Amino acid sequence: MLLSETTSNGFFFLAPWIVFFPLLGLLTNLIFGGWFMKQPWGEKAVGWIASAASGAAFVASALLAYSVSAAHGEMMRWTIGEWIHIGTLQLDWTFRVDSLSTTMMLVVSGVGTLIHIYAIGYMREDVRFKSDLGRYQRFFVFFNLFIVAMMILVGGDSYMMLFVGWEGVGLCSFLLIGFWYEMDTLARPSWANSNAAKKAFIANRIGDFGFLIAAFIMFWTFRSFQFDQVFEAAKNIPPGIIVAITLFMLIGVAGKSAQIPLYVWLPDAMAGPTPVSALIHAATMVTAGVYLIARSAPLYSLVPQAQNIVAMTGAVTALFAATIAVGQYDIKKVLAYSTISQLGFMVAAVGMGAYVAGMFHLVTHAFFKALLFLSAGSVILGLERGHHHLAHHEGHPSTSLRAGSEHEGNHSEEVFDPGDMRNMGGLRKTMPVTFWLYMIGTLALAGIVPFAGFWSKDEILLDANLHYPIVYWLLTIAAFFTAFYMGRQIWMVFFGEARHEAAAHAEESKPIITAPLMVLAALSILGGALNLPFEGFHNLTQWLGHTLGEVEAGDLNWMVAGISTVLALVAILVSWLIYGRNPLTKGQPDPLKKPLGFIFTGMENKWFVDEIYWAAFVDRYVDISRFLADVIDWRFWHDWFHDKVIAGTYNWLANVALNRYADQKGIDAFANLLGAATAKLSATLRKVQNGFVRSYALSILLGVVLILGYLLLK
Amino acid sequence: MVPVNYYIILSAILFTLGALGVLVRRNPLIIFMSIELMLNSANLAMVAFSSAIKSFSGQIFVFFVIAVAAAEVAVGLALIVQIFKSRHSINVDEMNNLKG
Repeated sequence: MLLSETTSNGFFFLAPWIVFFPLLGLLTNLIFGGWFMKQPWGEKAVGWIASAASGAAFVASALLAYSVSAAHGEMMRWTIGEWIHIGTLQLDWTFRVDSLSTTMMLVVSGVGTLIHIYAIGYMREDVRFKSDLGRYQRFFVFFNLFIVAMMILVGGDSYMMLFVGWEGVGLCSFLLIGFWYEMDTLARPSWANSNAAKKAFIANRIGDFGFLIAAFIMFWTFRSFQFDQVFEAAKNIPPGIIVAITLFMLIGVAGKSAQIPLYVWLPDAMAGPTPVSALIHAATMVTAGVYLIARSAPLYSLVPQAQNIVAMTGAVTALFAATIAVGQYDIKKVLAYSTISQLGFMVAAVGMGAYVAGMFHLVTHAFFKALLFLSAGSVILGLERGHHHLAHHEGHPSTSLRAGSEHEGNHSEEVFDPGDMRNMGGLRKTMPVTFWLYMIGTLALAGIVPFAGFWSKDEILLDANLHYPIVYWLLTIAAFFTAFYMGRQIWMVFFGEARHEAAAHAEESKPIITAPLMVLAALSILGGALNLPFEGFHNLTQWLGHTLGEVEAGDLNWMVAGISTVLALVAILVSWLIYGRNPLTKGQPDPLKKPLGFIFTGMENKWFVDEIYWAAFVDRYVDISRFLADVIDWRFWHDWFHDKVIAGTYNWLANVALNRYADQKGIDAFANLLGAATAKLSATLRKVQNGFVRSYALSILLGVVLILGYLLLK
Repeated sequence: MVPVNYYIILSAILFTLGALGVLVRRNPLIIFMSIELMLNSANLAMVAFSSAIKSFSGQIFVFFVIAVAAAEVAVGLALIVQIFKSRHSINVDEMNNLKG
């Protein structure tokens, strides 16, 4: 390991270990996991090794953050090896330890570790419901791999190293969305899950294309990928190029952070197991785009035009996704659209230059959205347990593990969907712990004082109110919808009467599942303390200010805070009037359906964006493919060019030129000529051989005379 | 002492007669006799030169030639006998089976 550029006290030498620890966990489970799984304690070992690997990364991150803080926010680089040295390009595997990257490391490894622990319990049941115990090991290998990639992403000191992590987390996202690749979310044989994985991968590829173009322009202009060198050189570059770089980067952000127009993959990504939705598709990976913009703050700050576009993208996404969330029935889909909406908040914040507010919301959102997703996972498991319990109770004892799903197929016409909120209701009695945890997450997301979400959302609204009124109003309306759909979800899931037998028999989850949730719940309550809008409490602002430069610390604006709080409370009240006062009964359509009419149909059907994309892009793509395959490739290249031109030329060459002319008239003719000449010569010479011995004797005599004559006269 | 030139002239005449005999006669026996004539004309020349230069090597050659001629005649007469047996003719002009 090389020495760092500057020598300093502290734990900076731990920088590479944020990657190596999870890598060790991954390799251990990869190599020995198969053997572990054969032991009675195998699942626990695999799960805890993965969790310990992630926890060790968290400890390393904490020590790194401590070191940065001890060095008064001084940035540190730690190089572990050469990567690409070509000409003037000097690219190394260098970790960058500063306040921004350590914040991300703490979130990724901290929330990651909690979700790892949760997954020990969750996956234990999931693999049993789906009857494939062997996949337990695979899950934790992928999960550790994700931590590795995410740490490379946030720890890298150059856009290229960030890109390595960026692609790595994309791969893990793909692998984990398609974790149950041969079934759909209801464990029926289908390719639905793998299609969701492919959709995520392709949508991200479009985004990565934007990122790559940005990187290419960057290299062409600055001849470097290293953050500081790029930011330094950017000051002397015409703003047009910076606009191009930042906007192409925005495409990458839209792909990874699920913004309009590339957000469509995230709702489908809920096909993955719930810990995956919590870790990758809510708390960490999808915030990579926000981190990228915050990291590129010096670039964005140079071009206000690009900032406007980023802020508007985020704000529109926030509102648009919030409206869709209102019309969803799947507990995880609501949270998925909520995530898109909240990511819109963050992107809008970093677009407005409020990088600290964006990062603050990123951190608190990681807490409460992970909490919500994991609680939703607990609800789903509870319903699955209830369903399982029922199936056993009704005299269909199942010996095989697959029985749970076979059962559903046999004895009820429709397959039971444990994620459908219309099947739930009244769960607060059967799952009280989960209910309270969910409530905390909901209040944090809805932005109720004093939960974490209130402070971070308020800070974004505050900055928007100061500089971007349109963004402010879009986000405020989005916040109203946020509180409304979360209220709707709470009433539908936990209040009223059970609308399905399984919900009535739901069972509370074990402590291995609820314990990590309690930590997250505590963080969701207290997370706001990171950056309270009062003089002397701007901790995160000061902390990130070391990296992002001096950022203005906003103090509480009573009007902004008041409007958002009142709106949130009104939204919850409205949701109570609609869903709480008269709880949904079994089979009853959504009460909003009638009054809102086609608007609700739009919300319910995601505003038909998937269908529009399908018609506008996928079908056209198929048309182009068909044209290329049928007309260009088959008819033009194959039928015409290959068969007519190449084969025709070859045939002509072979039959006419070579065969008829070169071979028949050239070589054959020459050979025949030789034969004919020989025949003719021999016909002449044959006459000499006349059979008269005496004429032979005469020839000999003449020959002797000639030779002797020659010798004599010579 | 007879000069060597006379012997050479006699030898040349004999050789010419022998060669003509080979060319013009059709009877193989006559042809053989003509060949003997040619051989002996050569023998005559060699003996003459041998005596002229006082060397015995020419005379030794002559003995060889006589021996070879005897062997040749023996083989040749055997061939002629065989040909006569199968064709009842020994006319050389009729022996043209190898005609091209």
